[in-house]
Amino acid sequence: MIFDYISSFLGAIPAAVIAGLVPMVFIIPFALFAVYWERKVSAHMQDRLGPMRVGYHGFLQTIADILKLIQKEDIVASAADKPLFNIAPVLTFTGSYAAFAAIPFSSAYIGANIDLGVLYIIGVSGLVVAGLLMAGWASNNKYSLLGAMRSAAQIVSYEIPTVIVILTLFSMVGTLNLYELSELQSSNMFNWMIFGGTVTGWKKIVLIPLMFAAFLIIYLTTLAEVNRTPFDIPEAESELVSGYHTEYSGMKFAMFFLAEYANMFAVSAIVTSLFLGGYHSPFGYLGNTIGITWLVPIEQFFWFAFKGIALVTVQMWLRWTLPRLRVDQLMVVCWKYLIPLSFLIFLIVSLLMVL
Amino acid sequence: MIEMETTSTNLRTQEMVLNMGPQHPSTHGVLRLEIELDGELIVDVRPHVGYLHRCFEKHCEAMTYPQIVPYVDRMDYLAAMYSEIGYAVAVERLLGIEVPERVEYIRIIMGELQRIASHLVAVGTYGLDIGAFTPFLYCFRDREKILTLFEMTCGARLLYNYIWPGGVSHDLPPDFIRMTKEFLTEFKPTIVELNNLLSYNKIFIERTANVGILPLETAINYGVTGPNLRASGLKWDLRRDDPYSIYDRFDFEIPVGKGWHGTVGDCWDRYYLRMIEMEQSVRILEQAIEQIPEGDVTSAIPKRIKPVEGQIYTRVENPRGELGYFIVSKGGLQPHRVKVRAPSFVNLEILGELCKGHLVADVVAILGSIDIVLGEVDR
Amino acid sequence: MKTTEEIFEVLKNRYSEDIIGITNMPPEKIIDVKPDAIFKVSAFLINDPDLDFDNLMILSGLDDANGTKTNQPDGSFEFVGGTLSVVYHIESTKHRHKLVLRVSVPKENPVTESVVKVWACADWHEREAYDMVGVIFNNHPNLIRILMPYDWDAGYPLRKDYKNPEFYQGMKVPY
Repeated sequence: MIFDYISSFLGAIPAAVIAGLVPMVFIIPFALFAVYWERKVSAHMQDRLGPMRVGYHGFLQTIADILKLIQKEDIVASAADKPLFNIAPVLTFTGSYAAFAAIPFSSAYIGANIDLGVLYIIGVSGLVVAGLLMAGWASNNKYSLLGAMRSAAQIVSYEIPTVIVILTLFSMVGTLNLYELSELQSSNMFNWMIFGGTVTGWKKIVLIPLMFAAFLIIYLTTLAEVNRTPFDIPEAESELVSGYHTEYSGMKFAMFFLAEYANMFAVSAIVTSLFLGGYHSPFGYLGNTIGITWLVPIEQFFWFAFKGIALVTVQMWLRWTLPRLRVDQLMVVCWKYLIPLSFLIFLIVSLLMVL
Repeated sequence: MIEMETTSTNLRTQEMVLNMGPQHPSTHGVLRLEIELDGELIVDVRPHVGYLHRCFEKHCEAMTYPQIVPYVDRMDYLAAMYSEIGYAVAVERLLGIEVPERVEYIRIIMGELQRIASHLVAVGTYGLDIGAFTPFLYCFRDREKILTLFEMTCGARLLYNYIWPGGVSHDLPPDFIRMTKEFLTEFKPTIVELNNLLSYNKIFIERTANVGILPLETAINYGVTGPNLRASGLKWDLRRDDPYSIYDRFDFEIPVGKGWHGTVGDCWDRYYLRMIEMEQSVRILEQAIEQIPEGDVTSAIPKRIKPVEGQIYTRVENPRGELGYFIVSKGGLQPHRVKVRAPSFVNLEILGELCKGHLVADVVAILGSIDIVLGEVDR
Repeated sequence: MKTTEEIFEVLKNRYSEDIIGITNMPPEKIIDVKPDAIFKVSAFLINDPDLDFDNLMILSGLDDANGTKTNQPDGSFEFVGGTLSVVYHIESTKHRHKLVLRVSVPKENPVTESVVKVWACADWHEREAYDMVGVIFNNHPNLIRILMPYDWDAGYPLRKDYKNPEFYQGMKVPY
């Protein structure tokens, strides 16, 4: 969309570069903000103040941290597999970055309007697993290897319920294009998929609890895919020190960190687009009311960012409240509860749609 | 406990040896565990201790009896008051002296405050081991108030040198009783809060119940004491069963493990027992503060400690278990031999037994539930 | 509840050869046992229903320092002869009685028997006694040093005539 617009007067390659850089403009400030936000949220939950010294209420703390990380020596263990060790953080970040291409930030901006948008995001996130496995293997550290193995098993398992929930939605609306999906949920809060979408009548009343359950399932599974507590066993600090990124330092570690926060937003964005009306406002738009139409996409972007950050905040809240599951319990949650439940929801919703 | 079936029993796969520690976030100090793993399943755990060995017993042989007091602080640095109480009781019994009433009360107040502080660390770090970070900071917030009380009494926050054979180094400060009362009223609701936040959390129960079950027979045979033994179901508390000081005057209960969420003697029992013990300590403290008499606290301190030839083994109920001092005197100013029965040292021995057949994550859960202090293990 | 004297009578009747006597070390009373009999005596103590000593509170090794003291030219001293002792403090959690046993072994040949099979917690205590005073426990499953480094070869630190080595692994010892 934005690519078509730019390439019409600059040519394909510059357009691709420019369109590709736009998400970066969002990710970097978001990551800076999210790290600060996480510290403040955790601090206030724990009777502390959190960072207070750098800037107003420590607002510049993350920038100071980034400066520190840049200055750090780049340590590579002598027994590490160096090419893989160097590629791993880049690959991990690429995976989460590429996912941003298909996320509709507003009706005017979507990097690539792919018809199979959701599946593309799920697929490209798979690169993250490869990156983590590489990092774990190349570090030549038993803790890293254990962490990488755990995270591979976990991410692959938890993709199944995610995809089934997406299939459920597909059976309702018949499209996997995120832009179209968002447009379907426009105009009214009760058109959001979590309230049963545009379906009307008694079917909607039946659908609402099912959709709430589906929303919870996809939120939990995406939580597991980004390795956050209570599913953070791949980097379980008290058992595996830090899991796959134990041996990383300096900017390579920062890459992992950035990828983690980018991923947090990416999965929240998917959940938002699928269930919470995407970029649509629940109340209507100020731009439409006062007749300035170019204000609408900007408002939409703010709504999208707001919903995304709200979901990210819930992730943080869970992280600082709950203990961590054990690796077998994690698998039990996925295979014994989430997958059958998501199949059941899929079955009922499909039946409803046929009726 | 997880049971896994192998597809072919003849197939022999190689175990991986994972070296946990001496530097590791959840070995609670410098403990090294050599873990033999089959996948994530534990075949064997071998603890290696001694990284913090400071020759305490050798030092004792070269010092007079009062000079040893600061050194006993450094064994169990999370419950230093209690190490001092144990040592003071041992020397007093060796000499056969009585201490004034007020000193006994001060010792009990200090000891029970220390027990709460020590259990708070145990409970908080246990949450940390399981992955819950927030309860840890709540625990430390409350422990801070106890340390403030200790600081205003003797000037130190961790290693006190306060309780001496025959008395205490100086009297309580004037505000102490009032501030302790305030602390107790503040502290009672936080136990409830902590229970709601961590103890009854579903994930926490899943992680700890039915994990690392310690049967009573094994516990006694391995010499496990303290909350770990009581969690296995034996009502055994030296404050009652081998009384020292004036514990027989107070009304308190000795909780035992009941297998609330799993089996008797599992990690959750051991953890939860510490929560109940904190409540009981509050009860003792409330009575002690009401009853404390006026009087002199330094009058019974001997000018020169020179016991006759003999030996004694005395023990007290430290927050971690039975803390015993075995002192042999040959009639000199210095002891001939001081051997400490450190509860952590003995309790740690059971670890290998408990961990077999569990997962790597359970080692952390089991180790945390035993609650060791490496300063005391290695001495 | 039985006193030390009563238990001494029981033991004396059963193992007259192996029980040496009763020593008074105020405020404790000690029953001396021969080194090669400690295992069967302790197995009897834990198995007899009237005694039932199920808990080993502490096992300590000590250097009695009762040999002839010979001064060395460099100011240090050495004990020749004399004994090392192992003291067992045991109790019964059922009958609430306590007992102190002692085994003395000559310093030249400090060999006694392990009681790990009776009280499992003796494992680390015996390793510590071996580590610190150098008593050797036969039939111990894994008698290696515990608190000192595994390759410490400068003797047993809690013996009274222990001298610090000058170097350990090429490092100067008192830094």
